[in-house]
Amino acid sequence: MEAWKDYVASVKTLPRSVWDSLVRHGAPVTDRSRMETVLQNLFLHIHPTRVHRWSLRWSYSLGLGLICAASFLLLLVTGVLLMFYYKPSTVLAYQSIQDIHYVIPSGRFMRNIHRWGAHIMVVAVILHMARVFYTSSYKKPREMNWVFGLVLLVLTLGLSFSGYLLPWDQLAYWATTIGANIAQSPRELTDALGITPYFDPGGFQKTLLLGSRSVGEEALIRFYVLHIMVLPLLMVVFMGLHFWRIRKDGGLSRPEDADERLGPPGDDALPVFTQAQKKSYGLMAVVRGTSPTVGRGPENTVPAWPHLMTAEAAVFMFTLAITVALSFFFDAPLKEMANPLIPENPAKAPWYFLGLQEIVSFSAFAGGVLLPMLALIGLGLIPYLDREPGGVGYWLGGRDRDKRVFLQSAAFGLAAVIGLEAFAVRFGWLRDWFPGIPQIVITLFNPGTLLTFLYVAYSVWIIRRENSTRLGGIAIFTCLLAGFIILTLIGTYFRGPNWGFYWSPSHWPVH
Amino acid sequence: MSADDRVKEVGRRDLLSLAAWGAFCASLATAMIGMLRLPKPSVLPDPSLKGKVGLPGAIPEEEYRKVPGRNVFVSRSEQGVFAISSVCTHLGCVVAPAPAGFNCPCHGSRFDAMGRVVGGPAPRGLDWLKVTKAPDGELVVDEGETVPPGTYWKV
Repeated sequence: MEAWKDYVASVKTLPRSVWDSLVRHGAPVTDRSRMETVLQNLFLHIHPTRVHRWSLRWSYSLGLGLICAASFLLLLVTGVLLMFYYKPSTVLAYQSIQDIHYVIPSGRFMRNIHRWGAHIMVVAVILHMARVFYTSSYKKPREMNWVFGLVLLVLTLGLSFSGYLLPWDQLAYWATTIGANIAQSPRELTDALGITPYFDPGGFQKTLLLGSRSVGEEALIRFYVLHIMVLPLLMVVFMGLHFWRIRKDGGLSRPEDADERLGPPGDDALPVFTQAQKKSYGLMAVVRGTSPTVGRGPENTVPAWPHLMTAEAAVFMFTLAITVALSFFFDAPLKEMANPLIPENPAKAPWYFLGLQEIVSFSAFAGGVLLPMLALIGLGLIPYLDREPGGVGYWLGGRDRDKRVFLQSAAFGLAAVIGLEAFAVRFGWLRDWFPGIPQIVITLFNPGTLLTFLYVAYSVWIIRRENSTRLGGIAIFTCLLAGFIILTLIGTYFRGPNWGFYWSPSHWPVH
Repeated sequence: MSADDRVKEVGRRDLLSLAAWGAFCASLATAMIGMLRLPKPSVLPDPSLKGKVGLPGAIPEEEYRKVPGRNVFVSRSEQGVFAISSVCTHLGCVVAPAPAGFNCPCHGSRFDAMGRVVGGPAPRGLDWLKVTKAPDGELVVDEGETVPPGTYWKV
């Protein structure tokens, strides 16, 4: 009879015991169980168990990194749903997108979210980079995480670009044709040297990308595999590295005197160490002296559950709300089916590449390969070339000097790019004055390379004038951002048929 | 004596271990190099690049005819028949005939009537394509084979 009683008792407590076997700790109401909630959950334990109050300040991080992660998650979910209906073949791709748009219940909504999520992700990644830069958060020990962040930026752009071809409409076809020919543009250099028949990295890159001489079936399947498998996998790997390094580098950056500036925790903060602490972690690594807890009390940390979790949930919901609202009101575009014989006029890449396209309209190699590579290498080197300590954790170091240089750099950056562009639009460029000029001269001397030279020269001048590498960094980064924004705006709004300059699309000629 | 010392410095096991690692890396590298050829098939899956453009007498003089369905312009002058590719040498858009020659819609490259660059970002002139004659008398243009500008098929 004992066995029977036990059996009945087991049946009665079945839900409870299943739950307890899933979640070993109790409800998160004590310090210890809050800690365990984070620590014993595979998906949550990438978070720290306790988080510094500075990291939770909205005005500091603006939640931008989380917006990137949230939009990536949205793209993953909607992307998988779209894959059920999308057919990666030149004959069927366009029709399958039309089906998704017009026939499949909520298909249009899914596609819109996928489109808007991608835009939001690109914007958030760029803004996140600016936040990290302007708060000096790339400085030791966070140098490598800045580099991982740049890898994520490249992957984000790569994912956007590879997804651009899939609808197989006119926009997709011609943007990809242009992209593939940009990959081929090192020929501008090898042709000038006369070595293309022997050494042809440009042609190799184009063949690698397209698997053919022109955009067709092979190119579509290559872009598809990149878009749904290779790049997302790399993305997940590098996101993991990026998040991991945040914790290994001591959490979000914060000023040395963050504790004093914050003062004692407010009433809404959950009490700290309300009961004897159970040791919930082991010594995982020998940390350097900059670790947040060495030699200092944990007064200004609060339990990650619920403080960090609610903040993250809020950012996720914010991202979702924005994306859904945009997707509800604005449809993703779909032009006519791809036609290899008639290019779009103007044929424009996605907006974040239009700044480059603006330089590409002088030289394909300079605008499409040389300058983007230089910019990426330069950005990657920033933490290794500017090793000035201090100023970490404040916007512009919290110093008037930094703000002054920021404003001066912004003014110089804007003036230089607008001046050069205005000159080129008004008076033309080298070939308009000397029609027989060899291309290599234009490859080396065009508004894009001149602008880069001006920006680098300006930041070197700032380093010497202000005797500070950090201010030089602020100068070059701000100039770069100003140039990117202005060139993107010109490419997006002021370029019309034949890449001519028009104040408004209403002035475009009939064609 | 130094020979003995050297033998001792790299022991038998070290040498074997080194050889094993070397063999492992070499075989891996060889396999990888073979794999690297994967993205480039021996034959590119393109549609045929050769196409008939009509009898020599049907090719217009002093004006260009767009060959339907192909990126080729053909024309005839006193020197003979010639064909110019309509693919812009800048970034691969298709140029359109203009009063003075050809204009590219994508980034504003301009070419004269003989395909030479006169403006815009194109690094070189439009490609001239090889013209041959098929057994039935029609001319054939091969988009895959370029010839130096000024190469004509004599009528």
